[in-house]
Amino acid sequence: MLTLHEVHAGYGRTTILHGIGITVGAGEVVTIVGANGAGKTTTLRTIAGLVRPTAGRITFEGEDIGRLPPHEVVARGITLIPEGRQLFPFMTVRDNLRMGAYTPHARDRMARTMDEVLDLFPRVREKLEQHAGSLSGGEQQMVAIARGLMSRPKLLMFDEPSLGLAPIIVKQVFDVVERIVATGVTVLIVEQNVFRTLSIADRGYVLENGEIVMTDTGATLLRDDHVRRAYLGI
Amino acid sequence: METFVQLVINGLMLGGLFAIISVGLTLIFGIIRLVNFAHGELLMVGMYLTWLGTVKLGLHPYVLAPPLVLVLFVIGVLIQRFILQPLLDARDAHVQIFATVGLSTALINLALLVFGADLYATPASGVRESITLGPFRILIGQLVMFVCGIVVVAALHLFMERTYLGRAIRATAQHRAAAQLMGVDVKRIYIVTFGIGAACVGLAAALVAPIYPASPTVGTYFVLTAFVVVVLGGMGSLHGAFIGALLIGLVDSLSAFYIAPDLKEVVIFALFILILLFRPTGLFGLGRGSE
Ligand SMILES: Nc1ncnc2c1ncn2[C@@H]1O[C@H](COP(=O)(O)OP(=O)(O)O)[C@@H](O)[C@H]1O
Ligand SMILES: [Mg+2]
Repeated sequence: MLTLHEVHAGYGRTTILHGIGITVGAGEVVTIVGANGAGKTTTLRTIAGLVRPTAGRITFEGEDIGRLPPHEVVARGITLIPEGRQLFPFMTVRDNLRMGAYTPHARDRMARTMDEVLDLFPRVREKLEQHAGSLSGGEQQMVAIARGLMSRPKLLMFDEPSLGLAPIIVKQVFDVVERIVATGVTVLIVEQNVFRTLSIADRGYVLENGEIVMTDTGATLLRDDHVRRAYLGI
Repeated sequence: METFVQLVINGLMLGGLFAIISVGLTLIFGIIRLVNFAHGELLMVGMYLTWLGTVKLGLHPYVLAPPLVLVLFVIGVLIQRFILQPLLDARDAHVQIFATVGLSTALINLALLVFGADLYATPASGVRESITLGPFRILIGQLVMFVCGIVVVAALHLFMERTYLGRAIRATAQHRAAAQLMGVDVKRIYIVTFGIGAACVGLAAALVAPIYPASPTVGTYFVLTAFVVVVLGGMGSLHGAFIGALLIGLVDSLSAFYIAPDLKEVVIFALFILILLFRPTGLFGLGRGSE
């Protein structure tokens, strides 16, 4: 479904990704594991079109999307739920969700999607008229995920959905991610909680200093010595 | 007392005009993050166009308002698309600001070339007739400015709150990258925003031309005042610009009478400096996005 081939990308003159290759098949859950600063966020931002690859190819459903601006990438069915939530703080939760359904494809079905999504997030339903900026960190993360779902994505990318949240909220976030995975949507996820993520992932990639150093099934990576030492602290 | 009330009425009416000019400026500032130094010159262009339409076509300035709104919208769109947008990726964000300063100078010189330094008064029947309310008088032209000010601010507010495009504009102001991730074409949002800002000025031009003669530098007075309004109201805030415009209208009217007509601009700018010193976010400054 999604293929990155020899992708180089970075900021200004600094190259962060040195020719990475990643594939995500339809219906798969794939994770990228890596230390802080390895380039995970940059990878997702490059797929989303926020960072331009300097070399290499990105294809989605057979189409080259490597040079597309972000709004055209979303329109093709790839949605990124960004690191740090990035809600619209002075807009109500309802308007944040409406913004999630901005693409023409999603807009047509907004009312129905909104109902489906809110069934998944009963707590968000209670906060619809509040400003997103006034919510707690956990609530904001739920809104960010809900907003991502509003686009009815074919491929949903999560960037550190549990970052900076209290342990009990982290558990709720994972429950939600698992429920989304169960609906069959294709997922590419980056998450500091490597153990839990590898447990739900079909496959994983290990990214170090902007290069993919290892890839295997989630279960195999969980048993790998290097992964266990470097990322699971075992 | 009667004089005072009359001055307050005059001030509020003038505030309506300031509101129309200021909402355009504050939109462009709040969303594109651009201080548009050419805003006044767009007003000036609009005023000459009003004069032309009135004198050459024999139309009333108020009849010319809708086409002027359209023409200025298109001019705004073209400026953003072909002058400012190419500079968007420029290393230094200040390049765009210099571009608007350059545009301002170019337009002033163009006006000098075409019209010379003479004042062009736009004739308009009825505009200087007045309604009397007991001891008080309101000029038709003033009343129209005030009503238009309210209508413009209310319409923009509804547009921002109720439409997909309006929400996308607000989202872009609050978090540009996140708006892109939602599928918003930010460049297009900037183009529309600049167009709307310029369109407001088109309306203002049709309303002010019958009252104030056009000259190459006519924009400066109105837009410097609008800058004060925008800062007072909180940069980027629509209702802040509206309240700010009414307040500055009052200050303008009262200080011209009680202090001295020639000093009213001094008073307004003293106020400007005081706001910047003591409340730089303005009365309704929300801060900007969280970006
Ligand atoms: N906007 C940016 N401008 C310049 N450098 C950046 C920017 N964002 C991230 N970087 C750098 O890119 C590298 C990879 O960052 P990132 O992709 O965020 O890593 P990760 O998500 O794996 O922690 C880091 O060295 C970081 O300092
Ligand atoms: Mg990251």
